[in-house]
Amino acid sequence: MTESANHLEKIKKSLSRRNRAEKRFRWYGRTAILIGLAAVLILFTDIVSKGHGAFRIAYIELEVTYDQDRIGVDNLTDPEELTRGNWEALSKTAMRTEFPEVSGRSDKRRLYGLISSGAGFDLKDRLLENPLLLGETERVWILADDDIDTYYKSWLDGEPYAARMSAKQLEWIDELHQQGKIRLQFNSNLFTRGDSREPEQAGIRGAVMGSLFTLILTLVLSFPIGVSAAIYLEEFAPRNRWTDFIEVNINNLAAVPSIIFGLLGLAIFINFFHVPRSVPIVGGLVLTLMTLPTIIITSRAAIKSVPPSIREAALGMGASKYQTVLHHVLPLSLPGMLTGAIIGMAQALGESAPLLMIGMVAFIVDIPGGFSDPATVLPVQIFLWADSPERAFIEKTSAAIMILLSFLIVMNTVAVWLRKRLERRW
Amino acid sequence: MQNILLGCACLAIFTTLGIVLSVLFESIQFFRSVPIFDFVFGLEWSPQTAIREDQVGSSGSFGVVPLFVGTLLVSAVAMVVAVPVGLMSAIYLAEYASRSVRTYAKPALEILAGIPTVVYGFFAALTVAPFLRDLGASFGLSVSSESALAAGGVMGVMIIPFISSLADDVITAVPQSMRDGSLAMGATKSETVRRVIIPAALPGIVGGVMLAISRAIGETMIVVMAAGMAAKLTANPLESVTTVTVQIVTLLTGDQEFDSPKTLAAFALGLMLFTVTLLLNIFALHIVKKYREQYD
Repeated sequence: MTESANHLEKIKKSLSRRNRAEKRFRWYGRTAILIGLAAVLILFTDIVSKGHGAFRIAYIELEVTYDQDRIGVDNLTDPEELTRGNWEALSKTAMRTEFPEVSGRSDKRRLYGLISSGAGFDLKDRLLENPLLLGETERVWILADDDIDTYYKSWLDGEPYAARMSAKQLEWIDELHQQGKIRLQFNSNLFTRGDSREPEQAGIRGAVMGSLFTLILTLVLSFPIGVSAAIYLEEFAPRNRWTDFIEVNINNLAAVPSIIFGLLGLAIFINFFHVPRSVPIVGGLVLTLMTLPTIIITSRAAIKSVPPSIREAALGMGASKYQTVLHHVLPLSLPGMLTGAIIGMAQALGESAPLLMIGMVAFIVDIPGGFSDPATVLPVQIFLWADSPERAFIEKTSAAIMILLSFLIVMNTVAVWLRKRLERRW
Repeated sequence: MQNILLGCACLAIFTTLGIVLSVLFESIQFFRSVPIFDFVFGLEWSPQTAIREDQVGSSGSFGVVPLFVGTLLVSAVAMVVAVPVGLMSAIYLAEYASRSVRTYAKPALEILAGIPTVVYGFFAALTVAPFLRDLGASFGLSVSSESALAAGGVMGVMIIPFISSLADDVITAVPQSMRDGSLAMGATKSETVRRVIIPAALPGIVGGVMLAISRAIGETMIVVMAAGMAAKLTANPLESVTTVTVQIVTLLTGDQEFDSPKTLAAFALGLMLFTVTLLLNIFALHIVKKYREQYD
């Protein structure tokens, strides 16, 4: 009697300790989830807080005279004359008219430094669009230099960053600001231009087009091949060593580091088949091999989810094996396959490591117009900008990341929506 | 028709074959100029020490040990972050969380897996590394601005959902009867998890962690952007280290002629990386598969 009472006493004593351990354990779990969620939150806040500024950029209003003599161009339709034209003179003269009191070489150089070094060419494009302007004078908002842009934004935010500015320049900016001749405008260059060494001139259009061409090729190759492979493995393959071997290969390829695919692309496509470097063709081929396992695995799951009764009914009605697959299994599993394809494409869109190996990391100004033009892709552009020393590129990089992430969010949302909308449950 | 389908399926084999052939072929060429023993056991890595262009054997030393140690250091930091957090969140989501928490928290964690690695690299290099450096400085520690801690920590965050979803799969696969049995004996929930579910799910969890390690070893962009270039033989996570993948990228980007030992070395590194990750993957997949069969 006393012995069991002792036991009871012991158990009761241990109970509170055990309950505390239980509570602690539960808190560990909650903390773990919170750490994960906090990571998501911190990452997104950090990127957005760094990048939101890049969607607006500083412009300076100047009076520009399209003086024929100063540019040295008579005939606007002659391309050779256009390339020889002294377009920088346009923006420089405009700066001098705005600040007539500035003299001396170094001061003038600082003055010209206020506006983007590509400003003259922007004026050229403006003139070509409207040739009647030749000889005329107009007030134009001209792109400011990236240092000015960085300073002006930070100054508006109340924490001026003037490390790369001279005292004179600060004075001029102040003057312009008081006259309302400097302001932030929507940064359309970010979306319409290719890469540039000048942060204020750089845009992601080239990289987006490169990504587009690369992804189109990847989709066109990997989807049919992946689906065919999945159909074979699920519907036709006999169970033998060979198909087992194929399966093992697919599962392993899904886990091979992506950089290895880059080495494969470099050695086989570029050095052996002599596909040119840096073009979407070779990028698409490499990404196809990389996304193929994902597509095969998800397509197989989609085919597996079609109940055998459908196949049996079709076969029972006298359909051949091919008719069964083509007319019944494939249409029913297509939504699942499409979801897999979109997820695979989202992966391919975010991938950069293998593309570094095959030369898609080059500095390319021109916007690619096809599959065989040198190009880079969005994530690699982010990598390139992140490596650039100019402070203004931090903002640009974050903005490019925001754009990349929005593409990915859209793709994944579509995939989830498609799955919910079209997937049938038996 | 069936042959076409078979051909598509066999592309997986050709890809593997292509990978093996391309890295093997170039590596064999590399090992003609650098003895394989020096490569595997060499303690110094400095491929760029050529003094004159036309020098015989104009490249420096190709000892892979510092790279391997650096890779392991970064991966170890990543695992220290990812394994406890991933495992505990999987346990919480599988055993404790209400249905509504599960439906929202799980996809929210999965977001981490969908973020491109270049974004993590940027985050590690521009936010985490300066933060750790300043934090270290305020404690009087000197933390390198390209520390293994920053790269590994961010990589760990990236791997959290990978571990948590794999662990979630194996934990939910443990038969309910085992839970019921333990609870009926008067064990608390956490005791059930620790004494019954985890031991039962251990092979699957170990397999998942091994897959995660293989992924950490092969991860490229984070380390390229946030870890260093100089090969240092150190086990201190506050210092800057370099990894196998970083060196592959550095050797193969920029100007190159194809037959120099420098570029060939990248393929030798690739061969090593492929072999190590392949062994890890095969072993891990084998464990996971065996474990699944146990409860099916």
